[in-house]
Amino acid sequence: MNGLGIIKGLGVTLKHFISTYVEDFRWRGKLYRTEKGLAFRSSSKMRGVFTVQYPEEKLPLPEEFRFIPFLVYDELPNGEKDFRCTSCGICAKVCPPQCIWIYRSNDPVTGRPIPAPAEFYIDIDICMNCGMCAEYCPFDAIIMDHDYEISSYDRMKDDIYNKEKLGKPASYYQGIRPTNYARQATARAEKEAAKAAGKKDV
Amino acid sequence: MSDDGLNSTGLVVPAEIRQQVTLTTLDRIYNWSRRNSVWPMMFGLACCAIEMICTAAARYDFARFGMEVMRPSPRQADVMIVSGTVTKKMIPQIVRLYNQMAEPKYVIAMGACASGGGPFKEGYNVVAGVDKFVPVDVYIPGCPPTPQALLFGLITLQKKIDKESLKTVRWYSKEPVLDIPIPVLGPDLMDPRKYEAIKEYNAAQAEQAIAIEQLDQTPPLNQA
Amino acid sequence: MSEQDVVTQVPDLTSRFPEQVVKDTRQGYEGYIVQPDFLLEFARTMRDEDGYDYLSSVTGVDYLPEGKLEVVYHVYKTIGDKGLVFKVQLPRDNSIVTSLVSIYPGAEFQEREAYDLLGIRFENHPDLRRILMWEGFAGYPLRKDWKEPFYEEDFKPFKTRWPQGKIVRAEDGTPFKDNVEYPSDFDPENWVSESESKLYESLKVIQQESDGMKTDRIIVNLGPQHPSTHGVFRMVAVVEGETIVELKPVFGYLHRNHEKIGERNTFLQNIPFTDRLDYISSMSNNFGYVLAVEKLMNIKPPDRAEYLRVMMAELTRISSHVMAIGFLLNDLGAYFTPALYALEERELILDIFEAVSGSRMMCNYMRFGGVVRDLPEGVLEKVNELVFDRLPRKIDELDRYLTENEIVRNRCEGVGVLTPEQAIALSCAGPMLRASGVPYDVRRAEPYSIYDQLDFDVAIGIHGDVYDRYLVRIEEIRQSLKILQQVVKQIPDGPIMTGKPAYQVRVPAGEAYGRVEGPKGELGYYVISNGKPNPWRYHVRAPSFINLTSLAPMCRGEKIADAIVVLGAIDIVLGEVDR
Repeated sequence: MNGLGIIKGLGVTLKHFISTYVEDFRWRGKLYRTEKGLAFRSSSKMRGVFTVQYPEEKLPLPEEFRFIPFLVYDELPNGEKDFRCTSCGICAKVCPPQCIWIYRSNDPVTGRPIPAPAEFYIDIDICMNCGMCAEYCPFDAIIMDHDYEISSYDRMKDDIYNKEKLGKPASYYQGIRPTNYARQATARAEKEAAKAAGKKDV
Repeated sequence: MSDDGLNSTGLVVPAEIRQQVTLTTLDRIYNWSRRNSVWPMMFGLACCAIEMICTAAARYDFARFGMEVMRPSPRQADVMIVSGTVTKKMIPQIVRLYNQMAEPKYVIAMGACASGGGPFKEGYNVVAGVDKFVPVDVYIPGCPPTPQALLFGLITLQKKIDKESLKTVRWYSKEPVLDIPIPVLGPDLMDPRKYEAIKEYNAAQAEQAIAIEQLDQTPPLNQA
Repeated sequence: MSEQDVVTQVPDLTSRFPEQVVKDTRQGYEGYIVQPDFLLEFARTMRDEDGYDYLSSVTGVDYLPEGKLEVVYHVYKTIGDKGLVFKVQLPRDNSIVTSLVSIYPGAEFQEREAYDLLGIRFENHPDLRRILMWEGFAGYPLRKDWKEPFYEEDFKPFKTRWPQGKIVRAEDGTPFKDNVEYPSDFDPENWVSESESKLYESLKVIQQESDGMKTDRIIVNLGPQHPSTHGVFRMVAVVEGETIVELKPVFGYLHRNHEKIGERNTFLQNIPFTDRLDYISSMSNNFGYVLAVEKLMNIKPPDRAEYLRVMMAELTRISSHVMAIGFLLNDLGAYFTPALYALEERELILDIFEAVSGSRMMCNYMRFGGVVRDLPEGVLEKVNELVFDRLPRKIDELDRYLTENEIVRNRCEGVGVLTPEQAIALSCAGPMLRASGVPYDVRRAEPYSIYDQLDFDVAIGIHGDVYDRYLVRIEEIRQSLKILQQVVKQIPDGPIMTGKPAYQVRVPAGEAYGRVEGPKGELGYYVISNGKPNPWRYHVRAPSFINLTSLAPMCRGEKIADAIVVLGAIDIVLGEVDR
């Protein structure tokens, strides 16, 4: 019969339509704005309504998610911020669109470079969120952030991030990337232990 | 009618009629009705357009915010989401489309490329940010911004619309709002507002060349 | 014939054409150098006698130190065999060579691109105009001595970033606060733009009278902003009534100077830029580039990395095809419901990409010698569920929904027919070539990675119309699922990278052409290295760009509504077309 193909197609649409109500009924109002419901709606067993109701529900971001980078500082007991960055410049060299500017100052007494960045700029209108700066940093000093809610009204004022704006504490880093943090913390502890053992031998 | 943030006058409404009556200002209701029905123009340039389509699709539906339909015609659209790299070959069409949009109109620069050139900023065919030609209301950084970031940017635009006042908006002002002159594709992109600057610069370069020649009595070096 | 005879039957071209053809003896290079006036004869002999009927890539290279411009041709046989590379060397100040469009019509757009970006003139080309830039643009951008207005240094990393990195916006360093530059004697107010007039002149159509009634032909511009085009793409059509008489595509509206930036980048820095070529399927693009450079470096990734790469490439193929089907149905008028169902599946696959690489679309996942990181916890189970349970079910549902729909069949069958000979001559690739009946798939013709150990079929069509291209895509999704089911079961444990991750890569001098079967067709990367950290020449053979050569022959005689459908079936992505 002519038209059977269209009717079969309409059957598929009808099934999708009815399943939205069936799922709502099955979950009895707990499908939206709950964690379990959100997990169901993002899994491969999902049926019915697929929508994530931003801003009331935000999809949990996986650990590897990368947006704009940030600089990690360890909080010292007296409240000072100890940036891990030693201004080695690897991130500036490896950045594909060259959006990182680092100014390394010299010690006025000895004339040797200070292993800390005097100034550090990232132009986020050029950053392509590739994550290579974080991948090749030997000190885990620059990490890709998860915060994507950074739209602004005026880019001339807001879009060049200096060191202050880029700095976030190590506890924040641990919160967003627990596995990476744990792995890098153990690696650093091992390196310290090896250095201490080496010194003892000498 | 429920309150919904419209009641800004602070006057007290008696309890019996609170379900039927609300008091508001003209500004407030004008902005409220417009910010909840901002229709985007179907205008995707590059990779960010795919994220815009994903935002329009089922998972991050932006029809929930009032951006019900994407209108291909600029006359029927309210906001132009410039999503993707703006190139010199395309900028005359973008300016033309912006001129054809009816007031009130807004522009969102989505992504790093539309905000400031992005990773391709050093290219010879890339305009370093669409705000060189067209006034931009909201910038959304990212490459590409995830649909949730774009939705946050749209909410930022809605907040901006909330703050507008009928006394100061562009389309009700006494001065005429002029069209932006359309750029011309010459040996390189030419902005008609900069013709004077180009002629002055060329004249200054020519004078400098003559001055050097007279000074050295040697042929001038080839300039670019 | 014994195996020995077959192997040694590859002809030694230098002995067949003693004066005109010599072997390319530069270190790391391969192929032959042909004299420019013998080129046409040589190409005809290769196509007719030796069976090299498929021209894969035509590109130009600027060798400034030697004062030469070189045109490089890659040809292959559709029966599947090793390819042939031959080159022509021209002096830089007088670079004129015969066009090969009369032998391989698929060279048309690529030769125009070589003219546009490098200034090589092709004699007897049917329509030699600029293709990516506009007529009147000053200079040939890809030449080594042409500097762009925002030029800082020749090679990255720039010295201004560290250790004395005081930030300066690039605009502030130029006289006009923008990246524009004009010749010194230029008067802007008296400039007459020629690009449109040259475009309309090239639409040479003879006016004919029919039935004694004089009819007018109208020129209609579709795009660059149009709800049905897949990006900023413009078609100029000469229509008579509703029938298209002549059609010319115009692009360059998204030309982002990928190749010039590629020459300034280091090899490693190019990987995120390749993501942005075919922005719907970024893992495939990474794969092709990494294969090309690994050929130069002569390293092989470990087994687990190979399996991961194939898994990502096949998931990308599924997500790209499912989106192509959704948008084809959009073009047919089924506004958005099939696209929404397709995008639902794509979102679940993008969740996996986000968990593995960090970004939904710009994955930047592969490196030279392996992949960046291993799969996090739980991802393999998610892939398992998708590949064994959800995706086969949903593809069957999409099939049931769309394939027998009478409207789809009436509008797609018989529209945009391409015969196999035409498809090969026009250098079509991917589902377009296979829908016309030519079983050429790079994964079988020149297997890379572990595809020779996997069991899958190559989907072909019979009629070569839009309906067949749709059916080929559905079948390819099923074959990708078959591959994924094998990969997920057989993936071994082990390291994911050969050697240590390093940001300074040492690439020996030479040239390499690495190609993969992307979702849109054969994606090739031609990389020339001269031992420095930055490539000397970096060219992308983009399948969508070359598939567009077939748009005009397919659309002549069809209605305007059909032209939109044909464009949807070619499935272009502007990031690739314009680079």
